[in-house]
Amino acid sequence: MNASHTQGLLVEFAGGEELLNAVRRVRRELPNFVLEAYSPCAVEGMDEALGYCRDGVASWMLLGAVIGGVGTYALEWYSAVFNYPINVGGRPTASWPAFLPAALEMTVLGAAVFGVLAMLIGNGLPRLNHPLFDVKAFERASADRFFMVVHLHDPSIDVQTVRELCRSLSALAVEEVPQ
Amino acid sequence: MSALPGDAAQPLLLAPGQTHSTVTETVSVISLHRHFGWYWLSGLAVALALCSLLLFGVGWLLRQGVGIWGINMPVAWAFAICNYVWWIGIGMGGTFISGALYLAREDWRSSINRYAEAMTVFAVAVSGIFPILHLGRPWFFYWLFPYPDVMNVWPQWRSSLEWDFFAILAYLSVSILYWYVGMIPDLATLRDRAPTLRTARFYGFLALGWRGEARQWRRFESLSLLLAGLAVPLVFSVHSMVALDFSEAAAPGWHSTIFPPFFVAGALFSGFAMVLVLGIPMRRMLGLEDYITGRHLNNLAKVMLAAGLVVTYGYFSEVFSAFYSMDRYELAVVLRRLTGAYAWTFWATIVCNVLSIQLLWFARVRSNAIVLFGIALAVLIGMWLERFMLIVTTLYQDFVPSSWGMYYPTFWDIAFLIGSMGLFLLMFLLFVRILPVVSMFELRKLVRKGEGSTA
Repeated sequence: MNASHTQGLLVEFAGGEELLNAVRRVRRELPNFVLEAYSPCAVEGMDEALGYCRDGVASWMLLGAVIGGVGTYALEWYSAVFNYPINVGGRPTASWPAFLPAALEMTVLGAAVFGVLAMLIGNGLPRLNHPLFDVKAFERASADRFFMVVHLHDPSIDVQTVRELCRSLSALAVEEVPQ
Repeated sequence: MSALPGDAAQPLLLAPGQTHSTVTETVSVISLHRHFGWYWLSGLAVALALCSLLLFGVGWLLRQGVGIWGINMPVAWAFAICNYVWWIGIGMGGTFISGALYLAREDWRSSINRYAEAMTVFAVAVSGIFPILHLGRPWFFYWLFPYPDVMNVWPQWRSSLEWDFFAILAYLSVSILYWYVGMIPDLATLRDRAPTLRTARFYGFLALGWRGEARQWRRFESLSLLLAGLAVPLVFSVHSMVALDFSEAAAPGWHSTIFPPFFVAGALFSGFAMVLVLGIPMRRMLGLEDYITGRHLNNLAKVMLAAGLVVTYGYFSEVFSAFYSMDRYELAVVLRRLTGAYAWTFWATIVCNVLSIQLLWFARVRSNAIVLFGIALAVLIGMWLERFMLIVTTLYQDFVPSSWGMYYPTFWDIAFLIGSMGLFLLMFLLFVRILPVVSMFELRKLVRKGEGSTA
């Protein structure tokens, strides 16, 4: 099989530990390959094994919180102090304690909306179709099977070597992902 | 909740022998293949009938005005605000289970958080109807929102009713986001196991193309943790705002600093009661006893008892501080609550919320699903009566005896109350039928941790 016809190799495992060990071994022996891991639930230690570090969700949520909170407070302050000040028995127009509740609620809402958007956009969702969905076995990636994908983008790669390595792992099956 | 020494025979969180495959199979079969029998259909029929009543009532209210309810001066709040506080309080159960118990790494939340969150979303959505309809001209409800209008006026930022609007808006939106995002991996499971292309498309569309890649999981887990961290202060603030609707008013019986924590505890109390009332029949009808085990019911009952004791303290503190202050109006309200025209609501509240939960001290009661169901139902009734008692006994006899007056509910008051229950039931029945009622990916994590392995 020529590497150009296939996007990668899909290696199937029965459990999270097998997948984790396989990812660690392939990363050690073929450090230049792009790897992806798929699982029906999060596997502890997978991020380190794949070398993922920051995901940025927290920073986006902080930004959303600041926009929501500071923005709401600024709107309240502008409307009550500048745009439509009402003098009630000489009480201060900038009554900040009373401005906090709405600002607090919008802080939380801003953080949540930004967090969800950061998660979805960062994860490339929504993307309703994907080449992996054409592989029949991949249906079980959302149920009880764990998968590793070894990308074969570089035509100079010797697919056979990769296959040999994958076979030597405790894999249930090795399949090709069509282009 | 770790096992106490006396709980040696505590059942597991998962029945023995559960694997990734059995979890996936049992839960996804409910949405994809199960034939929902006559009980589901008859529930749906009841729910639809009550919804039509509500819909008809809303139409009549829009035509005639809020006068179709029994409200008038001096009792201008009554059922509408009572229903609102009751429903939004019920919502707290789900948020607390999915937020606080997640942060506390309580594994037992895994199998109940999905339906509890659904309960939250539906209860908060139902609750939001009442303050809007109660506005008098509900079609202008958007005036609560600060938008650039041609009249050049702004909302009154210093009003607790305005805070409440923001609180409901944020709470409903965050609850929906939290619930939906947490469901994405399970929707992907349903997509991959769907028997027909149409079903696969339906769930595939909702799953947004989730693949379970390691980076996706990582962002998903970060988001879940942070949303849980946000949900806890959010839900405390929401119920504090609800309490401030009352305590910001200089009315005896309302103007009290204990109201915010008292309302938070009351919300938790009724929320856990509703989780039990929904969970006990659901686990039986859908055959989920392997996942929602006796241990879950036991833990839920313990939290309900704890919250109920805080609520009891609230009742005690109200009476105590009235006598301690010797303020004649505070005293008058307390004595009216204990002996006045509506005293039966106070004493019924005490029976439901203080006395009935004392049975929960006994492990044998906590392990009996039918008794638990009865107690939880009593708590729900008691919490509704408590809000009625708080609202009406303060309003019906004000500072000035010339403006005293009784409140009597009309047919439409009752219709809106049971109609809102119908709407809630309708949404919950559709949820049970269509969406994954138990979080499969969280149960897989429990399986990985070795829960339910033959131990």
